[in-house]
Amino acid sequence: MTDSLWLWILLAVVLVVVIGGTGLVVSGRRRRGDVPGSPTVDAPTDASTDVRPAPTAPTTGPTPPAQEPAEPALDVPEPVGGRLARLRGRLARSGSPFGARLLQVLSRDHLSEDDWDELEETLLLADVGAGPAGELIDALRTRVRVEGVKDPTAVRAMLREELVRLVDPTLDRTLATTRTVRDDVEVPAVVLVVGVNGTGKTTTVGKLARVLVAEERSVVLGAADTFRAAAADQLQTWGSRVGVPTVRSDKDGADPAAVAFDAVRRGREDAVDVVLVDTAGRLQNKAGLMDELGKIRRVITKEAPLSEVLLVLDATTGQNGLNQARVFGEVAGVTGIVLTKLDGTARGGIVVAVQRELGVPVKLVGLGEGPDDLAPFDVESFVDGLLGDD
Amino acid sequence: MFTSLSDRLTSTFKNLRSKGRLSEADIDATIREIRRALLDADVAVPVVRDFTASVRERCLSAEVSGALNPAQQVVKVVNDELVSILGGETRTLRFAKQGPTVIMLAGLQGAGKTTLAGKLALDLRTKGHTPLLVAADLQRPNAVTQLGVVAERAGVPVFAPHPGNQGAETDDVVGDPVAVAREGVAAAATREHDVVIIDTAGRLGIDALLMQQAADIRAAVDPDEVLFVIDAMIGQDAVNTAQAFLDGVDFTGVVLSKLDGDARGGAALSVARVTGRPIMFASTGEKLTDFEVFHPDRMASRILDMGDVLSLIEQAERAFDAAEAEKMAAKVASGQDFTLADFLVQMQQMKKMGSMKKMLGMLPGMGQMREALDNFDEREVDRIEAIIRSMTPAERENPRIINGSRRARIAKGSGVRTTDVNQLLERFAGAQKMMRQMNKGGGMPGGMPGMGNLPGMGGKKSRGRTQAPPQRKKGKSGNPAKRAAEERAAAARAAGESAPAPRGSSFGATQAPPSAPADLEIPPGLEKFLGR
Repeated sequence: MTDSLWLWILLAVVLVVVIGGTGLVVSGRRRRGDVPGSPTVDAPTDASTDVRPAPTAPTTGPTPPAQEPAEPALDVPEPVGGRLARLRGRLARSGSPFGARLLQVLSRDHLSEDDWDELEETLLLADVGAGPAGELIDALRTRVRVEGVKDPTAVRAMLREELVRLVDPTLDRTLATTRTVRDDVEVPAVVLVVGVNGTGKTTTVGKLARVLVAEERSVVLGAADTFRAAAADQLQTWGSRVGVPTVRSDKDGADPAAVAFDAVRRGREDAVDVVLVDTAGRLQNKAGLMDELGKIRRVITKEAPLSEVLLVLDATTGQNGLNQARVFGEVAGVTGIVLTKLDGTARGGIVVAVQRELGVPVKLVGLGEGPDDLAPFDVESFVDGLLGDD
Repeated sequence: MFTSLSDRLTSTFKNLRSKGRLSEADIDATIREIRRALLDADVAVPVVRDFTASVRERCLSAEVSGALNPAQQVVKVVNDELVSILGGETRTLRFAKQGPTVIMLAGLQGAGKTTLAGKLALDLRTKGHTPLLVAADLQRPNAVTQLGVVAERAGVPVFAPHPGNQGAETDDVVGDPVAVAREGVAAAATREHDVVIIDTAGRLGIDALLMQQAADIRAAVDPDEVLFVIDAMIGQDAVNTAQAFLDGVDFTGVVLSKLDGDARGGAALSVARVTGRPIMFASTGEKLTDFEVFHPDRMASRILDMGDVLSLIEQAERAFDAAEAEKMAAKVASGQDFTLADFLVQMQQMKKMGSMKKMLGMLPGMGQMREALDNFDEREVDRIEAIIRSMTPAERENPRIINGSRRARIAKGSGVRTTDVNQLLERFAGAQKMMRQMNKGGGMPGGMPGMGNLPGMGGKKSRGRTQAPPQRKKGKSGNPAKRAAEERAAAARAAGESAPAPRGSSFGATQAPPSAPADLEIPPGLEKFLGR
């Protein structure tokens, strides 16, 4: 095995040189091409004209307009020590090292390192992740310095506030489940449910069908999980309990895209409101399986546009959840997240990182094994859960 | 793409190369990086705290600060510590001396218990046992059916007296799994099965009712092994869950599932540290054969994101056609030119392994090339394939015959511009030259940008690379400093005189059969380079 090791490495390197080199060579050429032309003369002048306004900008240019809206905002909530707080606020925002140093002189951190560590640990324990947790705490530290807060509980409240702001309660978290119009024909809304293995996709589809039936919508289920043993049976069981038909293939291992297509077509023929398509669990690093998902998506959109692509994330998932969201987002165009198994001890902080990086909101949460334990996502209670104050 | 720990440590240490000694501040920075790496890998916070404390202690000791390359040394210390936690006590299944061996599976919902039951059954069956699967998961709808299908695939019988939950999911307890488990063991005894695998329902650590049920099953069947199945992707909750299951069913071993994902699997470390139970198996795919004994050393590199060469090789071996690879190795070794046809074959095989970016990222020390990697367009591979496919076989064998009109034809055929064809040929010629040089026994030539110094290639992983220098020298000094000087001298000599230095009875000779025939004989097509 080790004998052939050098060969693999060597071949990989050759591949990089030959293939990856294209970009390098091209950019190299471009650079070389620049030299004889006039751009070289232009470049420094461009740079200098660009540079000059840059340093002046923060000092004279944009600052007055930036301050004016900020002033009333800062003045109103700071009845005492408002002036100094404002100054510190400006220093904190200036971003210059001098400002930062001056801020340190002018303000004092009233909390001990232990308090800060404890706060950070709360976030880490909730799976928020080292990067986002560090940034949140740093931002909070600056804010505490600016506002001169001394009480750890007040700081905790501020952290809660920051988190709520980050998760953003104003985002649209409704599911698009109304019939859409395509080429002047009304077609059902199609909801595709994706995710890695064992997060609860089939269960989520089943529960979602119940919710929709409760809202008196007509639903068709598509069992495009043709891989896992008995997955279609599981979905059919869910469907039959609320009188929803399930489109499935007769044999295991059929083409999931074909099943999805049939389900959407059936939905169109029966003129239902919503078609829910369940897919097989797939790890995001399996290129072949992700291609299969891409195909499912393409095939469905031939019949009807996708209204929602829901990524089912397990609340126990750690930092890998971000990778999952990223890859599924690229392949399937995820529009919302369903956070399942939130009834356990896990807090699902990874969705904070996911929303921060990809802007995909959590739309639903799974809170247990009961058939009606699917709830809309509530920012406030989620953040409270994250911070562990129930 | 995450930058790996070894890359980050390398950059931390870059500034202190000249100093050679580590100050307290340097160590603080190092510890911060390690902490961050562990947290990114989902290692539990308390475990990280303990771990960094012990690493810090060792870093302050002479073994690190006195070392020539502190970065390497720190990585080694961290790795050692990880391996000692992960693999302190590796063991295989304990079989009962009398009667059937009872193995019980427990874990959260969706951890992969039912699938694992099938994998374990298949593994035991191929080892000559006669396992019986017992369907004691009556909770999840159709779990019994799923186990039946899995059992059929594994070719083992299943004991399922209760159909399980045929309705929807519910919080109510369905059936009597304790009785099913007890009957299952009894049935195995009468039917003379020597192993019983009990698949239980997934449950949350805080679900008192179901935890009690699991404890009851354990008490009823008195299993020889209780395996706790945990998802490699789990985050900080791993500790709580593991503790709850330890209290509830007192598991004797851990199985890490979904290790074929790209999660770093820090949970393994947390669980091993907190519960002290060994991790016994890893489940690495959807097929029933994707089941293996846990490798602590690989897991350590994976948690640290150090570039997993062993997994890369394994993946490569799985995807690469062995005969094709052998042919290739022989060809390279015999000094024949690497042709575009070979290149095409290699490229196709590499494509089978999935994302090339990801694969190259697995190579240690690719950090320096990471920028180039990030810009790397996967579709470029297809474009190049199209260009090569537009060539005639003769052109692929001998690119020199490609003249202007052939170039125009190739460009037209593959839908690219002539300049693209030119570029490919130019760079291919360069790569060919590099292959030849490498073949001469010079190892990685200096012409490769950013590849001069590969960090993180320690120990046996780098055998392929460290072999090259000894081919020039009769032996190498045990003193690292002296050895480095010798290597420099050798490299200088190699640059000055172009003929390959005569090979002595170097240690590397026996370990490098592919390059062995290339030694004194001047291979065809090499003369022109000797005349430099």
